[in-house]
Amino acid sequence: MKVFIDQLTKKFGDVIGVEDLTLHIDDGEFVAFLGPSGCGKTTTLLTLAGIYKPTEGEIRFDERVVNRVPPKDRNIGMVFQSYALYPHMTVFQNIAYPLKLKKVAKAVQHERVEQVATTMGIGNLLDRRPGQLSGGQQQRVALGRALVKEPDILLFDEPLSNLDARLRLTMRGEIKHLQKDLGITSIYVTHDQVEAMTMADRIAVMNGGHLQAFDAPDELYSRPKTQFVAGFVGNPPMNFLSVEVSQAEGRYVAQAAGLRLEIGRERGERPASHAGAVVMGIRPEDIQISEDGTVAGEIYIVEPLGREDLIDVRVGRHSFLLLASTETQHHAGERVKLSFDMEKAQFFDPQTEKSLLWRQ
Amino acid sequence: MRNTATAPNSRGAWRSVLGAYGFMAPAGALVIVFFLIPVAIILYLSLTNLASSNFTSNLAAMEFVGLKNYRTLLNDQFARKIFFNTIFYVLFTLSIFNVTLALIVSLLTTHIDRGAGFLFRALWILPRITSPVVYILIWKRMMAEAPFGILNQFNTWLNQPTYNYIATNPWVFVVVVNGFIGLSFGMIIFTSAIESIPKDLLNASLVDGSSKLQRIRYVILPLIRWPLLFVFTYQTLSLLTSFVEIQLLTDGGPGLYRTEVWSLTAYHRALSNYFGNAQWGYGSAFAVLLVLIGVVLAVIYMRVFRFDELVAEPRVENL
Ligand SMILES: Nc1ncnc2c1ncn2[C@@H]1O[C@H](COP(=O)(O)OP(=O)(O)O)[C@@H](O)[C@H]1O
Ligand SMILES: [Mg+2]
Repeated sequence: MKVFIDQLTKKFGDVIGVEDLTLHIDDGEFVAFLGPSGCGKTTTLLTLAGIYKPTEGEIRFDERVVNRVPPKDRNIGMVFQSYALYPHMTVFQNIAYPLKLKKVAKAVQHERVEQVATTMGIGNLLDRRPGQLSGGQQQRVALGRALVKEPDILLFDEPLSNLDARLRLTMRGEIKHLQKDLGITSIYVTHDQVEAMTMADRIAVMNGGHLQAFDAPDELYSRPKTQFVAGFVGNPPMNFLSVEVSQAEGRYVAQAAGLRLEIGRERGERPASHAGAVVMGIRPEDIQISEDGTVAGEIYIVEPLGREDLIDVRVGRHSFLLLASTETQHHAGERVKLSFDMEKAQFFDPQTEKSLLWRQ
Repeated sequence: MRNTATAPNSRGAWRSVLGAYGFMAPAGALVIVFFLIPVAIILYLSLTNLASSNFTSNLAAMEFVGLKNYRTLLNDQFARKIFFNTIFYVLFTLSIFNVTLALIVSLLTTHIDRGAGFLFRALWILPRITSPVVYILIWKRMMAEAPFGILNQFNTWLNQPTYNYIATNPWVFVVVVNGFIGLSFGMIIFTSAIESIPKDLLNASLVDGSSKLQRIRYVILPLIRWPLLFVFTYQTLSLLTSFVEIQLLTDGGPGLYRTEVWSLTAYHRALSNYFGNAQWGYGSAFAVLLVLIGVVLAVIYMRVFRFDELVAEPRVENL
């Protein structure tokens, strides 16, 4: 089922939950809503589910406008962050609840619940109550309950954020696999950009109730259209600094105190034509410590991450985070030379925070 | 914690036991001073013939009569009527107002706009926070005979017949007047129980395909089962012992014991006898039986409703 969100606004009195959101989701697509806490992800999801009525705008499922359709007539399956299992019902009753409400025959209920429970690997837990289950098991029950009614749309509200890191990894794979198998249009809310990047076909980045970008993960990563997106997507986050970009004799140069970096023509042309300073962004993995680096700096701190070291290098009054292999030992106070991969650098208008390279 | 409490074999364990009793001490003291001691006193009084007619300042002269008061009570031709009056009063007030209507008001006011719900509930609390004398006076003024009663004033203006409402339907008024007060207790408990149900759970039910009514039936009511049973129990016991409103409204009348209830009888016999003779000993016998009934009912409720399940061990490993 396709989902069309057009100029959706939801306000709670004066508080803006989400404003002027336009988003078209394809049939069978897996879309992630990514953004910091309080940016309106849950509000959007609950409006899609029919719990909230839109203040303005329109929501359509395929051709049908659903603004005033009550939740029970939307055929949506939803998984909540808190799992929201009914504590007084057994696992079986929890999963069977949507079927019971649909007045599905008892025998069919049994069959479907058994089937879903087996798929979710919780077939042996049907007689337990939610209070007797681990977090991971509860998560599977919640997923089972969402799937059992064979929904047209699946909504996930930060479903993995209460699980430990290892389980999160497993469930991430399982959910994605399941979604592709079933081909159900899915919207997945998260504030964890790794989750969004690994699972989603497209990511809607939100901030302060507004949509910042809606693109495929690699697009967001390599061609961020706003400074917010550039800073939010990627871990460790992109480095930002204010530079002047100028052109002389067909060569483009970005300059800041203690820093002079050459840029290729394709990257340099637009920032150079921008009057005044611009914001340059460069990801940690695009900076290397090397003998033939052109920028001199001093290591401020080294954070071992196991596979690699996260190093904070100070260049004049600027600070850069970068990743270095653990093979070479680095230590605080060491003087190093940095080389920047300027073909990966991003440039933003400091006023509008929009990209100077990628237009919307 | 559990092990050390049952097997206090070290200093630390003793200290934790002492700590436990320390925490229970204030409540324990209240129960002893305001319940156990008074019960002991009336139990003793009920075995004497103490009355205002034979009162001397020499307590030693007080005559110990054994179970005589209880025998008199069992042969009292009105005791039976009063007993069934009490059951009638408790049952109807409890089932109609204190539980059912309280539940309905809670459900309604939690399903409408928050502010409106709050205002509506605040109105329902008025009868409880009004002094009983004032509250009953309002009812009496409203319902009084023509030409005094406000309702009858309207009847007169509209050329309708006038009624002596309370005298003709005393039970209706006894139940309604008490129910209006009793309702707010359940309302407050139920409302807070409903509002403490996680929002996600309520939303989940709607998304799962329930209507709001189905959500009440399948999710909300089961989740407020304990508050429901608690209110049911607590209100049974408090209705059994309440009599002030009845005393002010009908004083057990009209006629002979038409709306007299057990606790009111205890009061009448012991402290406010018609004939000017306060039968302290005999009245105490009524009071003792009331305490007995209350305790028996409380134990039965606790068993039937399995209140011990309320205090299940916390599952710390689940946090
Ligand atoms: N029921 C509500 N009443 C009032 N304000 C709300 C309500 N739900 C959300 N908000 C507000 O709307 C904004 C977005 O909230 P939410 O959608 O929950 O954010 P997210 O899920 O992205 O963390 C926040 O400022 C929040 O305080
Ligand atoms: Mg949220």
